[in-house]
Amino acid sequence: MEKVYSKPRLLTDAVMHYCPGCSHGTIHKIVAEVIAELGIESSTIGVSPVGCSVFAYKYIDIDWIQAAHGRACAVASAVKRLEPEKMVFTYQGDGDLSAIGTGETIHACNRGENIAVIYVNNAIYGMTGGQMAPTTLVGMKTSTSPGGREVNIHGYPFKVADMVAQLEGVCYVTRQSVHTPASVRKAKKAIRLAFENALAGKGLSFVEVVSSCNSGWKMSPVGANEWMEQNMFPFYKLGDIKV
Amino acid sequence: MEDLKLIKGNEAVALAAIRSGCDGYFGYPITPQSEILETLMELRPWETTGMVVLQAESEVASINMVYGGASTGKRVMTSSSSPGISLMAEGISYIAGAGLPCLIVNVQRGGPGLGTIQPSQADYWQAVKGGAHGDFRMIVLAPASVQEMYDFVFDGFDLAFKYRVPVMMLSDGIIGQMMEKVAMGRERPRWSADELGDWCVGVGKNNIITSLELDPQVMEGRNLALQRTYNEIEDNEVRYEEVNTDDAEYVIVAFGSSARIASEAVELARRDGMKVGLLRPITLWPFPYKRLRQLAGSVKRFLVAELNAGQMVEDVRLAVDGCVPVDHCGRMGGMIFSPEDIYEQLKGHGKGI
Repeated sequence: MEKVYSKPRLLTDAVMHYCPGCSHGTIHKIVAEVIAELGIESSTIGVSPVGCSVFAYKYIDIDWIQAAHGRACAVASAVKRLEPEKMVFTYQGDGDLSAIGTGETIHACNRGENIAVIYVNNAIYGMTGGQMAPTTLVGMKTSTSPGGREVNIHGYPFKVADMVAQLEGVCYVTRQSVHTPASVRKAKKAIRLAFENALAGKGLSFVEVVSSCNSGWKMSPVGANEWMEQNMFPFYKLGDIKV
Repeated sequence: MEDLKLIKGNEAVALAAIRSGCDGYFGYPITPQSEILETLMELRPWETTGMVVLQAESEVASINMVYGGASTGKRVMTSSSSPGISLMAEGISYIAGAGLPCLIVNVQRGGPGLGTIQPSQADYWQAVKGGAHGDFRMIVLAPASVQEMYDFVFDGFDLAFKYRVPVMMLSDGIIGQMMEKVAMGRERPRWSADELGDWCVGVGKNNIITSLELDPQVMEGRNLALQRTYNEIEDNEVRYEEVNTDDAEYVIVAFGSSARIASEAVELARRDGMKVGLLRPITLWPFPYKRLRQLAGSVKRFLVAELNAGQMVEDVRLAVDGCVPVDHCGRMGGMIFSPEDIYEQLKGHGKGI
């Protein structure tokens, strides 16, 4: 019988710690596939954040550096400068990148570092138990906004991708999702383009993946995807922002 | 003929970085050490040795660039002054936790807070007692001359890679800003790709650099391994210099710029027939506890002269363990004592006043 699907060869056999229904597993899979398809597994260095994807290094069999909370883009900048022939990317959540790591992210973007940034935005701090993030939608309930996010107290949800698209050092910004087979294919194409840009020295590519966190949102996996389509996508609009 | 240059301490660090085979410098401007970054940018070593020089957006970014750079197994460094070093604390802990080698230069200024841009030695505790979260140590080298600011870049990298630990050069605004003659004899190239270790990223081994471990038994094992390294450093790397201690009844203990002032105080005292010696710790960690303990057997009194409110004096008291009195002579906030100030204090104490 013809084999039509197999586990990407760069995904390790380690049991992922992610909750059932989490988007990280799918995004890890397409990152592993892109690296394998480009044939760059021996020359790719990933930088993992603090947050749910802190252990990304256990799941994709390449070189990894685990960075301090928010600092992945600074770490990756130095690695790429010292190893210009290597593929260097960061994999960060919205708690990591859009809050504590804002400065490092914006300046890596502005310097036009030849790296790819994969930004997984589920509008919440997952690992620490569902606290409000800068990306949390107005009215969205979290453990630190139990009555729902209020603009007069917490300000507005933060669209990082739209902001970094303004910077000259950034060559590609797109917002994707991985909640349907079609969206997974599109997200994979975007990540591949981001990696190709970095290898070609075109500047920084920023791929946001709008994701669900059903345990943090206190929903079922399917319910979380539906809620994401109804509430996240109207605010975090999918598609290319800068090409 | 020997290659001699008349330069500032900060310029010596920049020249030594290029000549010691440094692969990357990541820094942020702060007085009184900005000449390090300025000199590197002027000399453009990326066009000669291939050394990367990058001005970061903050000290937080600088130290995390050092973390990333050190992960590639290459010689990387940063420099800053007191408030900037405080911002680097988390990153230094990560570097120690992940077992990475690097060089951090602190050209100290007075604190606390924004403090002053004038020199001080008030970051002694921060440097030698960890200075950030978790059980870790840095090797701390205290230069007392521009020559030592040059040489300790070489020594710092050697020690960092020998033990895979962060090394700090704890200088101050006096040594950083003053000009002296420096012999620039030492020079070596950057490592080639096949000279790098096999533990780092970028060498095709699928290595993981992390300080994270959630299994407490494994994490304790990692801590114990670090402590074994620190014990080895304490056994092998203590460095100090002694002047006139053979017959000394009184010993001044001072490091860095204070040791220069204290050595003049020793001369003043000797001229008056007072048997005074000087012990200058060169490594502040590991600290010369054993030698001070030995001296406590023959010395009547110690005087610790340092530009702070009394920090190293605690380590001297630990070493002496109550055998003889240990006094302190200090100035703060950018003020500096004179040799006479130290001598007067010594005489006062010597007379038992």
